[in-house]
Amino acid sequence: MTTVTEAAGGAPVRTVRPRGGVSRSVRDSLVVAQRNLIRMLRIPEVVIFGLIQPIMFVVLFTYVFGGSINVPGAPVGDAQAYREFLMAGIFAQTVTFATAGAGAGIADDMHKGLIDRFRSLPMSRGAVLTGRTLADLVQTALTLVVVAVVALLIGWRTHENILKVLAGFALLLLLGYAFSWIGALIGLTVRTPEAATSGGLIWLFPLTFISNAFVPVNGMPVFLQHVAEWNPFSATVAAARLLFGNTSSRAPTSVTGAWPMDHPVLASLIWSVLIIAVFRTLAVRKYRSATA
Amino acid sequence: MPGAIYAEGLVKSFGAVRALDGVDLDVPEGTVLGLLGPNGAGKTTAVRVLTTLLQPDRGKAVVAGIDVLAHPDKVRRSIGLSGQFAAVDEYLTGRENLTMVGRLYQMSGRAAKRRAAELLERFHLGDAADRTAKTYSGGMRRRLDLAAALVVSPPVMFMDEPTTGLDPRNRQELWDVIQELVAGGTTLLLTTQYLEEADRLAHDICVVDHGKVIARGTADQLKARTGGERVEVVVHDSEHLTVAEEVLRGFGKGEGTVDPHIRKLTVPVTGGAKLLAEVIRELDLRGVEIDDIGLRRPTLDDVFLSLTGHHVEDAECDGAGGGSTDASAGRADAGGGAVGRQKRGRKGAGTAGVEAGVTSDREGVK
Repeated sequence: MTTVTEAAGGAPVRTVRPRGGVSRSVRDSLVVAQRNLIRMLRIPEVVIFGLIQPIMFVVLFTYVFGGSINVPGAPVGDAQAYREFLMAGIFAQTVTFATAGAGAGIADDMHKGLIDRFRSLPMSRGAVLTGRTLADLVQTALTLVVVAVVALLIGWRTHENILKVLAGFALLLLLGYAFSWIGALIGLTVRTPEAATSGGLIWLFPLTFISNAFVPVNGMPVFLQHVAEWNPFSATVAAARLLFGNTSSRAPTSVTGAWPMDHPVLASLIWSVLIIAVFRTLAVRKYRSATA
Repeated sequence: MPGAIYAEGLVKSFGAVRALDGVDLDVPEGTVLGLLGPNGAGKTTAVRVLTTLLQPDRGKAVVAGIDVLAHPDKVRRSIGLSGQFAAVDEYLTGRENLTMVGRLYQMSGRAAKRRAAELLERFHLGDAADRTAKTYSGGMRRRLDLAAALVVSPPVMFMDEPTTGLDPRNRQELWDVIQELVAGGTTLLLTTQYLEEADRLAHDICVVDHGKVIARGTADQLKARTGGERVEVVVHDSEHLTVAEEVLRGFGKGEGTVDPHIRKLTVPVTGGAKLLAEVIRELDLRGVEIDDIGLRRPTLDDVFLSLTGHHVEDAECDGAGGGSTDASAGRADAGGGAVGRQKRGRKGAGTAGVEAGVTSDREGVK
C-alpha cells in the first residue's frame, strides 16, 4: 500500500508498511532500547553512581561484618567463608536496583511528554517498556561485571565450572530483568521521576534484607525465617550461591523446610518468570491508558 | 461527507469535572481549524481524544476517514501530533530524535535517516543536527518537535498550543512553517489561547469554554458579531482623562470604557478614518496630549468577551484564583513545578451552561 500524495509542502507521504505483531514488536523494542542505551552513554554518571553502592556494600560487609557472622558449616569467625557467602547476596541486590532506573526513566518520559509522543505513533504497545527494560538489562550486566571484578580483588572465588558460574550470573540477570518490570509499573504509576526513584528503592531494603543474602536465616526469629526462605529474592541468592560453589555443604538446605530453598535454581527461574508475566501484563495495560 | 477530522458529541469527564461536554467538530480536508479557549477549556482533552491518547466517555470521532475508537492504530499512521511542550529526547541529537520517530512509524532505517536529514534542513536545524537537543533553544526544540510530527507527512496534523511560551521571533518563524504546511494540503487542528494566532492561521475557529463549543465561524464572522470598529486613545497624562472622555462621548455610538491604569479610553464609533481625524483635531483643540490613538477593528479577545462575559486572560485567572467552581486548573498549576507538562492533567472547568453556538452573555462574571 503505497500512497504518494503531495502534502506537507511537497514532501511525499511515506510508505508505511503494516507489519505483523511480533516482528514489529521486536523491532520497535530494539529501536527504543537503542535510544535508551545512547542516553546511558550520554549520562554516564547514572551508571557510575549505580556502581558505587554495590561496591561500597561489598567492601563494608566484607570488612565490617566479615569476622562476626558465622556461616553454617564454616569455623567461627571465618572471614573467607563469609566473603564467599556474601557475594551472591550483593550481586542479587545489585541487580534489583534496576527497578529504580527503569522506574525513574519511564516516569521521566511521562513527565517530558515522550510517552504521549510514543503513544501517538503506530508502534507496538509494549515496545516502549520492553525497550527500556532491555536497556536496563545491559546496564545491569555491566554493573555486575564491575562488582564481580571488585569481589574477585578482595578474595571472592568460585568453585564450580565456568558454565555453572555463567548460569548463576544468567539467573541474577533474569531476576534484574524481572524487577525492572516492577520498576516500569512504578514509573507509570507515580507522577514524578523523583517519586519513582524513591518508590523504586524503599521496598527493596526490607525485601533484600529479610532474606538469606547477607546473613544466614537461622539467626532470625522463626516467623522471619519463613518469610526469608519464601522470598523470591532468596531463591536467586541461593541458586547463585550453589552455582558459584559458594556453599559450605554441596546440597542446598532450608531451615524451615521451604521448597524454594531445596530447589533454588528451579525456584529462581519460576519466581522470575512469574514476576515478568505479572508485571509486564500490568505495566503494558497501564501504558495503554497512561494519562499522565 | 464528513471532513478529515470529525467529532460528534464527545464527552469526557475526570471525576466531577466535565472536560468535554458534548463537542462537535468538522474540519474539511485541507483546512485549518483553530480551537480557541482559555486554559482548562478542554482543548487539550479534545486533541488527546482525537489522537487516540484518551478514550472519550461518549461520542464519535473520525480522523482521516478512520474511526478513532475502532481502529486507533490505523489512525496513528495518518496523523502527526505536536504538543504544547517539545516532546523530544533531550539527550538525543536532533537527527537521532527524528530517525527514531521515523523508525517507529515503521520506516526502514535508511528511509528514516534520509527523511530526518530532509526535515532538519527544512526546519533550519541542519547546523545543530548532531548536537543533543538539550543544547537547543526553546524555539529550536519546538521546531524539532514539529519536525517529528511531520516525519511521515501525515495528511492530518494536530498541534496543541504550538507557540505557547515562545518569544515573538520564534512564534513568527513557527507560523511561517505552519502556513507552508497548510499550503501543501495538510488538514490541521490547532489549539491556542492566542487570538492573534487563530486569526492568522485558522480558516475556521471554534471558541471553547468549559468543555463546550460556544461559537464557531470564520474570524471575520466572529468579529462581525461583536459589532463595528472603535476608537482607542491613550492619553499622555492621566489628568486629561476626564476631558478626553468628554470628547470621545461626543463622537461615540455607545458606551465607552476607561482604563485609568494605562490611561486608555475606548469608544465604539462609525465613520472610519474621517472620524478619527476629527477626534484628533478636537482632542488637540482641548489641549489633550495623546501617546497613541487608533481605529481598532474588533479582535478575537472582544469576541471572547462578548461570548463569555470575560476576557481570555481573566478566564485563566478564574481557574487559578479558586473563586469559581474550577478546582482542577488550580490544582494543575500548583502541581507542576516543571515547565510544560503541567497542563496535561488539566481539565475543563466547571459546568456553567452556555448554549452552543449562541452569542450569550453571562451576567455578573466580569
